[in-house]
Amino acid sequence: MGTAKRVIAKLDIKGPNLVKGIHLEGLRVLGKPEAFAKYYFDTGIDELLFMDVVASLYERNSLSEIIRRTASQIFVPLTVGGGLRSIEDIRNALLAGADKVSINTAAIRNPMLIKQAAEFFGSSTIVVTIEAIRQENGKYLAYVDNGRESTGVEVCEWAQQAQDLGAGEIILTSVDREGTGEGYDLDLLKLVAPYLNIPLVASGGAGSGSDAVKAILEGGADAVSLASIIHYEAIKNISKGDDYSMEGNTEFLKKNVGYKKIQPTSISEIKREMQRSGIHCRLAGNKSE
Amino acid sequence: MKTPRIAIVDYKMCNLFSVEHACLHLGADAFISSSPKEIANADAVILPGVGAFKDAMDNLRTSGLIPIIRDSIKSGKPFLGICLGFQMLFTRSEEFGVHDGLGILNGTVRSFPVEIDGKKIKVPHIGWNQILKINSTSILSGINNNDYMYFVHSYYVEPEDKSIIATTSEYEGFQFCSSVASGSVYACQFHPEKSGIKGIKLLDSWIRKIQ
Repeated sequence: MGTAKRVIAKLDIKGPNLVKGIHLEGLRVLGKPEAFAKYYFDTGIDELLFMDVVASLYERNSLSEIIRRTASQIFVPLTVGGGLRSIEDIRNALLAGADKVSINTAAIRNPMLIKQAAEFFGSSTIVVTIEAIRQENGKYLAYVDNGRESTGVEVCEWAQQAQDLGAGEIILTSVDREGTGEGYDLDLLKLVAPYLNIPLVASGGAGSGSDAVKAILEGGADAVSLASIIHYEAIKNISKGDDYSMEGNTEFLKKNVGYKKIQPTSISEIKREMQRSGIHCRLAGNKSE
Repeated sequence: MKTPRIAIVDYKMCNLFSVEHACLHLGADAFISSSPKEIANADAVILPGVGAFKDAMDNLRTSGLIPIIRDSIKSGKPFLGICLGFQMLFTRSEEFGVHDGLGILNGTVRSFPVEIDGKKIKVPHIGWNQILKINSTSILSGINNNDYMYFVHSYYVEPEDKSIIATTSEYEGFQFCSSVASGSVYACQFHPEKSGIKGIKLLDSWIRKIQ
């Protein structure tokens, strides 16, 4: 009984495509976000997280369309983030169909945005994403602009500040681990978890179901965000059309190649592994029984 | 069966897109409205809500929608309250001070305790939690005990009349009322439009009851 630990699918979106940033390769196009979102909905995902990778004006309109199409047929919570800079941006994302919004750069540059947004839209609507990079001295600093620029702010301090200002949830991302399949950064999670009275979502690095288990049991996370590990499994099951936009590196798609350290795993396999480890999770799929 | 017209009350407090689309998906003629006249002409009414209780009540008041909500319920029109829309039906809320609700149902909205048995409780309560059927209503006929619904809230409702409690749920060992059924009113703390296939089933049962 009680509240299940959540499994969240994170989709990085550029223009009309689901993408994944690959070190030294740029962006790999994986397919259409709506198709992946539908597959995840059918296979029991708890929430969806859409992150706009490059937030330019053209691409912002395209994201609104994707949000609308997803929210009109997929009945689980949808969080949207990436380039949201103002109350207006947040309102537009919510009006397009998002249930929650994630803010990072804009919040760190102007922390009062969190307070304002929480007052306008409710704390539980406002999620603060923190991108953390481990420094040589072992400390974790918060970065902005997709992990490109250091703010000099210590992650733990910032997480508490965000909480005090009214954030409803914290998504804690290890930029070092993202896309590597080497597991979540448990030290990072353990650093922040004890100070939070709001839910903590682990993000970055899942390569297997047991990584999700560790993030929850050892790291203290309330939810896990997954990307590569489930995208590479989904891609095998989603029927392909040939109409992929030529944006990014689509060679990968045509060859159906995976990424070495990551074991493509389905959502139900991940949840079953969580359950086997004694973690309460919601096992039913979303397709009619 | 005639296609039911469902008015979703817009008092500028939240995302109505999902509720509307869930109803449309189920074949109902759902529309968003802040016009008392349009709402009066509907076959059923949904009052959604996300955000702070006081702001919601203030918005409802200034939008002039309180009379039509009262009238709809008094006339026996099927009425669905979701999340804040559920909480506002009650007498008062303790969120950020004490504020009056609509007082259509007797009870108080309270905040979750900060700790239970020495264990710190995370607030808001966010995620999928299980519901237990207490008093039957046909709206829950397609739902089984321990089915999951999606919750996102920091306050819970304590109805005075326990016989209206339709379902309870448990958060960190703390039992609370997750939905009520009273006359033509069904109101729930969770979001059926966000609760996957089971949430849609619940909405479907509610829609089918609209004559």
